[in-house]
Amino acid sequence: MLSALDLGLIYGLMALGVYLTFRVLDFPDLTVDGSFTTGAAVTASFIIAGQSPLLATAAGAVAGALAGLVTGVLHTKGKINPLLAGILTQIALYSINLRIMGRANLPLLRTDTLLSGMRDDRVLGTWLSIGVFALIVLAFMLVLDWFLNTDLGLALQATGDNERMIRAQGVSTDTTKILGLSLSNALVALAGGLIAQYQGFADIGMGIGLIVAGLASVIIGQAIIPGRRFIFATLAVVVGSVVYRIVIQLALSAGADPNDMKLISALLVIAALLLPRLGVVRRLKAGRRARLMAAAVRGEARA
Amino acid sequence: MLEVRNLRKIFFQHTPNEKVALDGVDLSLAEGDFVTVIGSNGAGKSTLLNVVAGEFRPEGGTVRIDGVDVTKMPVHRVARWVGRVFQDPMAGTTPHGTIEQNLAMAFARGKTRGLRTGVTKAKREIFREELARLELGLENRLRTDVGLLSGGQRQALSLLMATFSGPKILLLDEHTAALDPARAALVTRLTDESVARHGLTTLMVTHNMHQALSMGNRLIMMHEGRIIYELAGEDKRTATTEDLLQEFSKLKAVSDRTLLA
Repeated sequence: MLSALDLGLIYGLMALGVYLTFRVLDFPDLTVDGSFTTGAAVTASFIIAGQSPLLATAAGAVAGALAGLVTGVLHTKGKINPLLAGILTQIALYSINLRIMGRANLPLLRTDTLLSGMRDDRVLGTWLSIGVFALIVLAFMLVLDWFLNTDLGLALQATGDNERMIRAQGVSTDTTKILGLSLSNALVALAGGLIAQYQGFADIGMGIGLIVAGLASVIIGQAIIPGRRFIFATLAVVVGSVVYRIVIQLALSAGADPNDMKLISALLVIAALLLPRLGVVRRLKAGRRARLMAAAVRGEARA
Repeated sequence: MLEVRNLRKIFFQHTPNEKVALDGVDLSLAEGDFVTVIGSNGAGKSTLLNVVAGEFRPEGGTVRIDGVDVTKMPVHRVARWVGRVFQDPMAGTTPHGTIEQNLAMAFARGKTRGLRTGVTKAKREIFREELARLELGLENRLRTDVGLLSGGQRQALSLLMATFSGPKILLLDEHTAALDPARAALVTRLTDESVARHGLTTLMVTHNMHQALSMGNRLIMMHEGRIIYELAGEDKRTATTEDLLQEFSKLKAVSDRTLLA
């Protein structure tokens, strides 16, 4: 059960990437399924080639950034629909990933990885490893929050919010979109590289359907922790990722067939999307908003 | 400051729906000129503004701002010199950004956007001061989402964002048309104030003839892609809406005659 928390935190990095495109840029980026595996493939190949695991992991992230760059250029310069641009890159990456790995599965047994020390000390899947991963994810959350509040980050946010406005303020939205997609896929590929080291292999199929897990994390997380201010938005995404992994783990331990996992993931996302529309939930939310507004008005009156 | 030479813009060129929106427009604004633009629907007023701003690339002619040829530049590059307010009050701000974030984005116009913090203490003081001039109480709501503001408040904010970083040219495209009379009057007053304070060279499209006469120092009337009537200085100060309607009816007489001929 604790390993579900480990995984949830590592996949949280991927969810942060999905948040950056899906929520911040308002760009449903399907590159993710491909770039996650690319990160794993590049990292595993570098490690097997004897490179340092840190360099290997960084190289994986860079490869992911390049994948995002391709999707971004296809969409902005080629004027290809966002979904199609992502799918094209994703499907091309399948072949590229096979080329990188040379075969469909690369085991990392008896190699020196970032996590092999923790594995040898048997701390993976314990509170210690959870703490370590939580700190790593927290660092990325803080960096992402800092970035989104810089001049460049604000321009990136505005690109997804009101593209015409931010262009009129002198920002090339082509550039911000390409930048956002690259950063997002770098995070996704980083998660891919870490997952490969965690589970001890890279596999050509490990990214399939991952965009659904990413979306589930974002949607579930934001249902639990509303608000977009400061650390809350990114915290919500990581919490969502952990909750998602726990739900999957519970389903598995309740005897669900692992082959049904994709179906369960899809149903989970559908539920998360449809539940907020139910009357009961809507009334609850309206009440919460009313209380927040009242509080805000009181705060203003004081100020 | 703004030099428009023989500007031609044709939509759907080489199709049966071809439409000549600008048919050789010449216009020149000296520094500090405030020109109001009137004309019936389809006269080419908004197209003129959009070509100047870089939204559309013209089929012929040139646009120069402060001596720089901007004819072929995309919107985000022309924006270095141009502040704009759109007709739609929702168009000039980002709803999910706070007031201070929106102002920070406008503050960075014309500068390179890097990894410096968008909203700093120093900037916040500037924003507070600028917002206080609007007299809408927004200076105490810096962290409120812009999406929670009313249309009038958002348009006043858009106007502030377009003007406070001192653009070379201010383009106003019917920016009071979507507001109720009280809010329209407010935004009109704020426009006059900020244009006067920054000495902005301004081009304003309006359908409101009273507004076209009461604001600015020059007035042009457009029809079928051309400038067909101009008023400036004393002539503009003394002109009445009846005079303008007279000019409009002349046009109608002409087009009726051509139709009947």
